[in-house]
Amino acid sequence: ATGAYPKRVKVVEVGPRDGLQNEKNVVPTPVKINLINMLSETGLQVIEATSFVSPKWVPQMADHTEVMQGINKLPGISYPVLTPNLKGFQAAVAAGAKEVSIFGAASELFTKKNINCSIEESLERFDEVMKAARAASIPVRGYVSCVLGCPYEGKISAAKVAEVSKKMYSMGCYEISLGDTIGVGTPGSMKEMLTVVMKEVPVGALAVHCHDTYGQALANILVALQMGVSVVDSSVAGLGGCPYAQGASGNVATEDLVYMLNGLGIHTGVDLQKLMDTGTFICNALNRRTNSKVSQASCRL
Amino acid sequence: QEPQASGLPEFIKIVEVGPRDGLQNEKVIVPTDIKIELINQLSKTGLPAIEVTSFVSSKWVPQMADHKEVMRGIERHPGVQYPVLTPNLQGFHSAIAAGATEVSVFGAASESFSKMNINCSIEESIEKFEEVTTSARNMNIPVRGYVSCALGCPYEGNIVPDKVAEVSKRLYSMGCYEISLGDTIGVGTPGSMKKMLEAVMKEIPLSALAVHCHDTYGQALANILTAIQMGVAVVDSSVAGLGGCPYAKGATGNVATEDVIYMLNGLGINTGVNLYAVMEAGNFICTALNKKTNSKVAQASFNTGTI
Repeated sequence: ATGAYPKRVKVVEVGPRDGLQNEKNVVPTPVKINLINMLSETGLQVIEATSFVSPKWVPQMADHTEVMQGINKLPGISYPVLTPNLKGFQAAVAAGAKEVSIFGAASELFTKKNINCSIEESLERFDEVMKAARAASIPVRGYVSCVLGCPYEGKISAAKVAEVSKKMYSMGCYEISLGDTIGVGTPGSMKEMLTVVMKEVPVGALAVHCHDTYGQALANILVALQMGVSVVDSSVAGLGGCPYAQGASGNVATEDLVYMLNGLGIHTGVDLQKLMDTGTFICNALNRRTNSKVSQASCRL
Repeated sequence: QEPQASGLPEFIKIVEVGPRDGLQNEKVIVPTDIKIELINQLSKTGLPAIEVTSFVSSKWVPQMADHKEVMRGIERHPGVQYPVLTPNLQGFHSAIAAGATEVSVFGAASESFSKMNINCSIEESIEKFEEVTTSARNMNIPVRGYVSCALGCPYEGNIVPDKVAEVSKRLYSMGCYEISLGDTIGVGTPGSMKKMLEAVMKEIPLSALAVHCHDTYGQALANILTAIQMGVAVVDSSVAGLGGCPYAKGATGNVATEDVIYMLNGLGINTGVNLYAVMEAGNFICTALNKKTNSKVAQASFNTGTI
């Protein structure tokens, strides 16, 4: 159980998109751009920049085209964007996107409430994006939400997670990010879910996206690493609350994740100090305290 | 899940340190009757051990000045242990006179920390504790030993695992039935936890080991998971995550009992503790202290109205 950990872990930074989308305060375009530019200097290899979804639904991401066109795109760094459908995909590519993400779910009720269709219908929409992406040689990352529990359905079967993951992987997603959307998962349910999913999708194509709503994120990530997962999503300063539990936290903080990986001797390429400085910047801009414990602590004697 | 199938302990003893370690490190001093009410509520949750107070001079720790009144005022539930801190023989005698039936002594794996905290070297502190354990043995009073700075020291920085093992062995040899290894400033990670436990497990039987993790850097649950994967079956925690870190202003300290139990429940590990009852006790003390809980489980549960 405490056997070998991966030697390297790829950290996928979702703060500018998942984080900011779920913050109370909306941040102006120049601040978003500066945030992403600062993140680009930390050593992070993947930074989710924005979402090409209608501003009617997600006003916080209304400036997606400006952000995409305004950021410094450093060589070696990927700046994926969310594209819920073909229209969004086309807008993203027109704005210069070179990688996109699509969001599925392991829960029918969640899919219905979130995007007003069934899982099957959502996969059909994604297929249109996949075809266009393949034609344009654009890599697509697939997300599966509610992998360890659903705010509407409660318990989610691991088999369902595996089924949806397999479909998205077969459609051509190069990576599947498994999301504990409401943070209810524990090392027990994480292990059980991954065991089943790993029968259908190679572990090298899996990522975990853990929320810290119940304080379980790092423990869940630890178990995932022990099972061979080597891609982990996180959000600078733990940006992004939980829309299903008022006042509760959401995304796990990148600083806290990197601190743990450093302590395990796992290589990430990320400079923790620069990351903390970036977290300080965006928290000041949002006029809020950081959710990162590493940032909060500083042993001043 | 079957915890045994995954190599995890089937049962984990939770040692609740909120009323002592927690309240001692809170800014607001809590009146005696509130302390007693908190402990009484905790006694009904299924927790097997609740650290009640500290028989240390009120000059040094004013928050625990009412140690006698608290000890005498609490309900004593059968099957629940109520250990108290006794830094020296004088404190020990005072504790026994007030009705204590279990005591704890606090050592450290760092010379600098020992000097700054209790104004003597590790060796000198061990001599004082030996007086306590000798008296305790004569009276059939069990003694729990704590080793602070097991994963790092606010003054010395890095702490060598062998030093932790050495101090632990001294405390165990003098008669402590259990050694609680404390990550005092919360700097530890699963990496350093593993290395430290490997060194200590060479000297102390696994069944006599406990971990006392601070969540100052958000690592506590991951560190606890690592420890229980190695077979440790006793975990210290504090209701509502009471008790900040005296070395990092505004930072958190103790890991929240609610969050630990949530994790252990999810692993199929039995603790005997009712999570909801602990959350209620946490809600009580946070209201009394006029502060927000440090437990994420409590925060999430009270906000959705679901548990």
